[in-house]
Amino acid sequence: MQAHERLTAAIHAANDAGRTAIMPFITAGYPEPDDFLSTLRAIAAAGDVVEIGIPFSDPMADGMTIQRSSYVALQKGVRVDWIFEQLDKAGGEFEAPLVMMSYLNPLLAFGFDKLAERALASGVCGFIVPDLPYEESDELRAALDAKGLGLVQLVTPATPDSRLKLLCDESRGFVYAVTITGITGGNTGLPDDLAGYLDKVSATSKLPVCAGFGIRERSDVAAVGAHAAGAIVGSALVEVLERFDDPVQFLQTLAAK
Amino acid sequence: MNSILQAGEADALLEAAINGQLPDERGRFGPFGGRYVPETLVPAFERLEAGVHKHLHDPGFQDDYRRELREWVGRPTALSFAPRLSERWGADVWLKREDLAHTGAHKINNAIGQALLAQRLGAKRVIAETGAGQHGVASAAACARVGLPCCVYMGAVDIERQAPNVDRMRRLGAEVVTVESGDKTLRAAIDEALREWVTDPAGIYYLLGSAVGAHPYPYLVRELQSVIGQEARQQMLDQAGGLPDVAFACVGGGSNAIGLFYPLLGDDIELIGVEAGGTGDGLGENAATLATGTPGVLQGSYTIILQDDDGQVQETHSISAGLDYSGVGPEHAMLQATGRVNYVTARDDEALEALEELCETEGILTALETAHAYVAARKWARENAGKRILIGNSGRGDKDMPTLTKYPPRIRSHAST
Repeated sequence: MQAHERLTAAIHAANDAGRTAIMPFITAGYPEPDDFLSTLRAIAAAGDVVEIGIPFSDPMADGMTIQRSSYVALQKGVRVDWIFEQLDKAGGEFEAPLVMMSYLNPLLAFGFDKLAERALASGVCGFIVPDLPYEESDELRAALDAKGLGLVQLVTPATPDSRLKLLCDESRGFVYAVTITGITGGNTGLPDDLAGYLDKVSATSKLPVCAGFGIRERSDVAAVGAHAAGAIVGSALVEVLERFDDPVQFLQTLAAK
Repeated sequence: MNSILQAGEADALLEAAINGQLPDERGRFGPFGGRYVPETLVPAFERLEAGVHKHLHDPGFQDDYRRELREWVGRPTALSFAPRLSERWGADVWLKREDLAHTGAHKINNAIGQALLAQRLGAKRVIAETGAGQHGVASAAACARVGLPCCVYMGAVDIERQAPNVDRMRRLGAEVVTVESGDKTLRAAIDEALREWVTDPAGIYYLLGSAVGAHPYPYLVRELQSVIGQEARQQMLDQAGGLPDVAFACVGGGSNAIGLFYPLLGDDIELIGVEAGGTGDGLGENAATLATGTPGVLQGSYTIILQDDDGQVQETHSISAGLDYSGVGPEHAMLQATGRVNYVTARDDEALEALEELCETEGILTALETAHAYVAARKWARENAGKRILIGNSGRGDKDMPTLTKYPPRIRSHAST
């Protein structure tokens, strides 16, 4: 099994058990770098796939919550190299496969080939790169493909049908369906035509579709779960960590694993 | 930076630039440029690109744009011979007076052009970012002119140091939003404007103020600012009797510089861009992107940026808000890599001194941004006696009074007697 297929399999396994797959997002090393591995272990036990956010100085697609967490993590010295070192220390003993979310520039600085090598060795199965549209992604995809790692494509309600097909076909692991035309952490709730949109993406994609942006509570997971394979929980979880509340308890209120 | 290009690539690239073939269909200036934007913004950029192709060189649009430049902006702006500065420097110094354009800087050339485009694209409202506030004022004015509501994003740090411009924007009917995130300067303001654009890509027109960001902005802004160089070239021939030996412009994002340089690329004129050297050479002490930066992706474009080894974008410092930016337009990155334009720096204190010299000799209070160009021009004049120098006087310094009051003018010889 290639690394990106582990992501697909984990989502399928949740669905086979009659659940919506839960994909928690945390900013690496936030709020305390020392707690990164213990938080990650706990969250991996409560979720089906874990998204690890690499902090970046210009998180243009993110709202205030993730901007803040990114800023704090950077201040506390969290870097790509450090994240891999931590993951290596843990020896890949997580109950859920990992996917990394990063803006392009830190990956560019790290070097794509070295990145793919380190990611594979650390048990990371794929990448989500929010400021890398498909048209600019040849080099990164080639480097990740060579190691069996996935580059997850994002689609949005504004994505035209022809482009939706292309992105679904080219995605690996799963398809990330952005639910709203906005940034992460919005409080506007899920859009009215969510069902129609997610049904369309799910019908277009051979891979499982996971919905992200605006998922904050159990009813959101249920709304998404009726039309998609998984729900990505980002800002709401980071807010829990920000308050030093128990992230596992929060994830359990969203859906029982 | 020449190592970025393969041997022989530089000449071909420069030739393509001179022949008007750049950016290519993917928005690239050689290796630089492109469109690195979130998927949520891809349809918005595609719509903008289609709109630019449809309207920008359409005769009807050009007629409207040229008329607005003539009747509302006040173009052509003057080319001034600077007799006393020339005498001091031992050179023939000519100033392209963008400070005389409506609202006080070159920014209006771009703002009115894009406002007209926004109108044609059926936008319901316009958003803009601003650093020094000049683009914000220009956008507010241009939007009022075409009857579109305008909202300007401005970093909290810049709001403090450019207070007069904040009042001007509001007076012109714009809403000014204080940006408290990130570095609280231009970079954060651009991020925040992009975040707002994502919420309604069809109804909002994003009026970007410099030749930076994802395709088609670097191209669009260059085309709208090239009027500076086109006029200056003709005025030099008419008034000075020939083209200059050298031309200087300050570079932040680089819109006034590309506007001046682009029409001069094919001429035998040395071109020098001047970045903010801030208080020193250390990371974070300046905004000398091209002089000290490395290639990376910032705010939609592969260009030269100020970053650390981990690819984290560095905060910058400059006394001038308009130069205080961690990136630079991708076309400048290309022009540097090909060797066609030389990029140098001027420090805060040198810029202040140059500003004062220009006040004293020519009665022109130039913008702090613009003052950086004079620093490099004066040094060049010392090493190249008797040459003809063109300086892009990109804006006026009225907006800098809050900063300048902290640096009282030195007592001048004639004032002390």
